[in-house]
Amino acid sequence: MKLLNVSGSPHVHSDESTKKIMWRVNLALVPTFIVAIAFFGLNALLISLVSVASCVLFQWLIEKFILKTPSTICDGSAVVTGLLLAFNVPATREMVLLVIIAALVAIGVGKMSFGGLGKNPFNPALVGRVFMLISFPVQMTTWPKPGENLFSMVSTPTSDATTGATPLGLIKENGVQAAGQVWDYFIGNIGGSLGEVSALAILIGAIYLLCRRIITWHIPVSFIGTAFIFSGILWLCDKTVFLDPVSTILTGGIMLGACFMATDMVTSPMTKAGQLIFGFGCGLLTIIIRNWGNYPEGVSFAILLMNAVTPLLNRWFKPKRFAN
Amino acid sequence: MKTFAMGGVHPEENKISTSAAIEEFPLPKTAVILMTQHLGAPATPCVAKGDKVKVGQLIGKAEAFMCANIHSPFSGTVAKIDTCKDAFGLAKPAIYINIDGDEWEENIDRTPDIKRECTLEPKEIVDKLKEKGVVGLGGATFPTHIKYSIAPDKKAEYLIINAVECEPYLTSDHRVMMEHAEEICIGVSILRKALGVPNAYIGIENNKPEPIAVMKAMAAKFEGIIVEPLKVKYPQGAEKQLINAITGRRVPSGKLPIDVGCVVSNVGTSYAVYEAVQKNKPLIENILTVTGKKLEVQHNYHVRFGVTYSDIIAHAMGNLPETTGKVISGGPMMGKAVSNLDGPTTKGASSVLVIDQSEAVRATESNCIRCGKCMNACPMGLEPYLFSALVKNRRIEEAGQHNILDCIECGCCFFSCPANKPLLDEIRLGKNLYRGILMAKKK
Repeated sequence: MKLLNVSGSPHVHSDESTKKIMWRVNLALVPTFIVAIAFFGLNALLISLVSVASCVLFQWLIEKFILKTPSTICDGSAVVTGLLLAFNVPATREMVLLVIIAALVAIGVGKMSFGGLGKNPFNPALVGRVFMLISFPVQMTTWPKPGENLFSMVSTPTSDATTGATPLGLIKENGVQAAGQVWDYFIGNIGGSLGEVSALAILIGAIYLLCRRIITWHIPVSFIGTAFIFSGILWLCDKTVFLDPVSTILTGGIMLGACFMATDMVTSPMTKAGQLIFGFGCGLLTIIIRNWGNYPEGVSFAILLMNAVTPLLNRWFKPKRFAN
Repeated sequence: MKTFAMGGVHPEENKISTSAAIEEFPLPKTAVILMTQHLGAPATPCVAKGDKVKVGQLIGKAEAFMCANIHSPFSGTVAKIDTCKDAFGLAKPAIYINIDGDEWEENIDRTPDIKRECTLEPKEIVDKLKEKGVVGLGGATFPTHIKYSIAPDKKAEYLIINAVECEPYLTSDHRVMMEHAEEICIGVSILRKALGVPNAYIGIENNKPEPIAVMKAMAAKFEGIIVEPLKVKYPQGAEKQLINAITGRRVPSGKLPIDVGCVVSNVGTSYAVYEAVQKNKPLIENILTVTGKKLEVQHNYHVRFGVTYSDIIAHAMGNLPETTGKVISGGPMMGKAVSNLDGPTTKGASSVLVIDQSEAVRATESNCIRCGKCMNACPMGLEPYLFSALVKNRRIEEAGQHNILDCIECGCCFFSCPANKPLLDEIRLGKNLYRGILMAKKK
């Protein structure tokens, strides 16, 4: 007789899977990717491809030869890490090779050493980026101007050397008078890391993720809102020293960080209340680091610091029980 | 439109058997009547081998407090009294009957006339329900007479009739409302009288517009029956969620509905109440949906308890489809997978659901990605992912402190988990281990 399956209920599943979630995140990153190629040309494309390929490769190698577990590269999470990592570095020719080191740190140290996807306490892409920022400070803060050297195959020493700084770098050095046009900031016609320049492209991706219910509004809104309000208060105190709040949230990594990095499911709190506190902490730390820290930008550090607090937030902020 | 406060999911409805009218299921040659067809202690057989029995004759007597009488659904001879492996593989005390003809007890009113007047006092109604072995037909098979014997320090304010049928596939409640609306309303009136409450609320999800219309039209002819359409969301048919949806009240942890002034009965139960009180007919049959995506014909049968699952399959479809992977008694969210098709149906059975092989196997489990979907889906506001981790590490007391016993096992967590973690399996294990710890502490 034919045997029947027996198992505990429920016997049906929503058909939701980690794989679907991760590939949707990848899809949400596409507008940002397109803008990056439009502004930074071939370098952006090469960095992204190398970064994604090395993340996937390192994950496969580690799983096959060190962990000896079934390969999980198809779930798309290594691709997400690769893309985010590429989006967090400047689009210079040197980066095409340096990003391989970043990928090794992101995947090897940031993710696989903890047991793979879901077990990492810190956002792997940010682990990779911060490692690079500390180890290669010059290369990581050399910014090409958007729209220049788009498709030159030859990397001349000058093409990278004559590049401009990011708005935040300019302001750090020259004061708020160096701030540019808000519209340029919004569409991304500014210097900066590959994927952080265009707030518009990031928002399109974020709206897609919101519609797909992969992220909720809590972290992005509290992150950006806190940064806006805090920098607004500072700006009102002294307009000659502090940058205005609109420019603040449109420059640097706030948009990319708030929509794609801080909302990483694995490393952010699970309850809505926890997420609001998490976003608040990210926003607050970012502005503090930007204004009083050594670095012109503080989003990566802010998110990593809040990642460390996430288990605590999960413990403090429980969902509201139905029966109590 | 009303619904419950938190969590919930939307499984594919698959109500493909809604238009199949209720058919009488033919009598088999033999039947096995289990003595545990209800929540609580088994009934004690009160017939002996070789005895002749009639339809409706008492054959299992309720002696314990939490127990219900069992009547013979068939006429014939008692072949033996022995244990029988039920549909889920557990040995239960049972009475085997060789069926011969269809001779009913004389005091049962088998005429199709509808009897509207009920002159019994509340106490007499409850006694009648006890005598006729009526139990809740929503799945838990809680003896109805116990539910309606309200302790003197408690007061019922609401009677809620559960016609939500939030489980996918199931259509037995849908059909009974379409075909027996008046009997249901009489049954509800009787229950209302037994409790002495001013109003009864019949909760129906608004994906059933026809039953809502039929029941509304019928309820208008009765005093104190209100039909309450509800927004579609699983598990609205869970007792605590339904109370919350209709009254806004919440049953506290470890308490019963009556502690917030509510009594909930299934719509099928109110039909059984009508038959027991007005027609003197014990609970011997129920409406069972036979359905599945791959079945050519869908059925809703009036089946007497004791017919085996294989009898039902043989009559409904001959053989199971080639690609059948699983047979479920009940709905796909909370039903139990049948492991022994030769096991008999019981009072709690509401369907025979045939699931295709392609849907019968769980996907591979992967790491938890802390997406929080299980937590957001939980209608009790619990943290399934946390229970899973705690139970795996045998930190059972901690799971208890996080209210693991509040879990109603609706399955929303596992249903929504993108990592396919068997969350509910682990929670069930944790609940049992924690109950063990609590019992040991009491001693």
